[in-house]
Amino acid sequence: MSRAVFGTRFAAGFGKSWLLAGFLFLYLPMVTLIVYSFNKSPLPSIWGGFTLEWYGKLASDQEILSGLWLSLKIAFWSATLSVIFGTMAAFALVKYKRFFGRTFFSGMVNAPLVMPEVIQGLSLLLMLVAIQRAVGFPERGFMTILLGHMVLGLAYGSVVISARLQELNPQLEEAAMDLGAKPWQVFYLVTLPMITQSLASAWLLTFSLSLDDVVTSAFLSGPGATTMPLVIFSRARLGMSPSVNAIATVTIVVVAVCVTVASILVARAERRRALEISAAQRDDS
Amino acid sequence: MTTLRKPRWWRGRTAVIGIPYVWLLAFFLAPFLIVFKYSLAEMGAVTVQDVMTVADGVVKLTLKYSNYNFIVSDDLYFKAYVSSVKYAAITTFCCLFIGYPFAYFMARARATLQPTLLMMVMLPFWTSFLLRVYAWKGLLDEGGWVANALTALHLDHLLLAGGMIEALDKYMHTPFSLVVGMTYTYLPFMILPLYANLAKLDLRLLEAAADLGATPWVAFWKITVPLSKAGIIAGSMLVFIPCVGEFVTPELLGGPQTLMIGRVIWDEFFSNNDWPIASTVAVVLVLLIVVPLAIFNKYQAEAQERKS
Repeated sequence: MSRAVFGTRFAAGFGKSWLLAGFLFLYLPMVTLIVYSFNKSPLPSIWGGFTLEWYGKLASDQEILSGLWLSLKIAFWSATLSVIFGTMAAFALVKYKRFFGRTFFSGMVNAPLVMPEVIQGLSLLLMLVAIQRAVGFPERGFMTILLGHMVLGLAYGSVVISARLQELNPQLEEAAMDLGAKPWQVFYLVTLPMITQSLASAWLLTFSLSLDDVVTSAFLSGPGATTMPLVIFSRARLGMSPSVNAIATVTIVVVAVCVTVASILVARAERRRALEISAAQRDDS
Repeated sequence: MTTLRKPRWWRGRTAVIGIPYVWLLAFFLAPFLIVFKYSLAEMGAVTVQDVMTVADGVVKLTLKYSNYNFIVSDDLYFKAYVSSVKYAAITTFCCLFIGYPFAYFMARARATLQPTLLMMVMLPFWTSFLLRVYAWKGLLDEGGWVANALTALHLDHLLLAGGMIEALDKYMHTPFSLVVGMTYTYLPFMILPLYANLAKLDLRLLEAAADLGATPWVAFWKITVPLSKAGIIAGSMLVFIPCVGEFVTPELLGGPQTLMIGRVIWDEFFSNNDWPIASTVAVVLVLLIVVPLAIFNKYQAEAQERKS
């Protein structure tokens, strides 16, 4: 069988080296940043000795710290609201087969996934400015950035959740309805427990997307509302900066730990679920 | 009973469909209409002049289509559009070239290893892309690791011949650094749909081909590639469309030769403070990508309907 799939031992070796080279390509920049952040010399090409001073300076860097706090707040609300709206959109697309303007709705839900951010940021800003001139709200800042992130978050959230909804067995919900459950009870008692994992995964995805967003935030931010990526971006434009290396290392380590822990938990939950299902089937027979 | 009563769950269903629908109409569609309106307006002293004014019992509609004339006549914008599409296409091709074998061998790896491989591909995606693009500045700058490696391998002569760099041993702010940065950023977007598609490939088809006398190479081109067409299209659209309008990577890694339309819109808006021209450029950009967008949307709709 492996003969047909790999063909020859050459192909198998080729595959392994391609994967290795690919991962090297993906991870080299991240490793580089971590190494640079301990470099005494601000120039990346010269190694000036090991130091932790950049991390010390980071702790007192007001600009970055306030940017981080704002970004975390926006990311939290953006993720939560995106998951709520995204679940509704996913339900609409997966469960309800025909409604007025379905293709159009599907287009609007999926377009932010690929639409260049300059267009999204510019268009949303122009509209919010027009609204602000008419009713005096919202001010450019937290609210406007949040709205921009939610547009993107809704798209990603609905992709993740609709993928999970399609996998679900519809008979479970039909059985619940046969037993007399109202639709909202069916959702709350049957559907929701089954999609909890993908809700969490969608929340984390939209959270990290919001935390990382540059262009849309740049268009929609106002005075006093600078998100962390914008601070990093303005510093990065000027050249290599040790403070950015330090924050980068912190980010990479935090993300790596979270992703690894999450993957382990997911794998464990999957195994437990598979065991439970096979145990239930054994009990039946 | 002669009239049909609406079922009890009708109101819930309307809410579930209606709320995101209205929200998207308000915050996704309406902004596009406003951009279009602004593209027909004139820039005043502080802000954009109104397209429609009502005064002395007269409704005056001023549609300035000369913005579009300006875009078409000025060489800068045309060059920027062409250059954006060109580099987006090169990036898509590079991502496909690197990503297809990557996804293929990931899908053929041991089943227990695949979730780990998937996680390792996703991890850079979850890390801030801004920081990773910034890292390439250090790698490709004078004395950076990759720059030194490329010079040592004399690959800079090859790149110079291909027009990707201007001078030997200077890799930053060139088409090369731009393509490297964009390929790096969008590679996971290409790998994931391809992997999802290739993982579902029925290996028995390849066995059957081998039984019928095909070599693995022939079987790959005649069976695997055509069956993965959907994944290739999805991945390519996910890379190409955003790349056309990219701003951050061209700003950090690009140079004077790599004028991208994203930077043009940004500069028109932030530096020139010319909102109508920025809107006009944006409208033309949307028209440029409307065909790939339609292809992408068709694929997404089919993917969402396929299982149900």
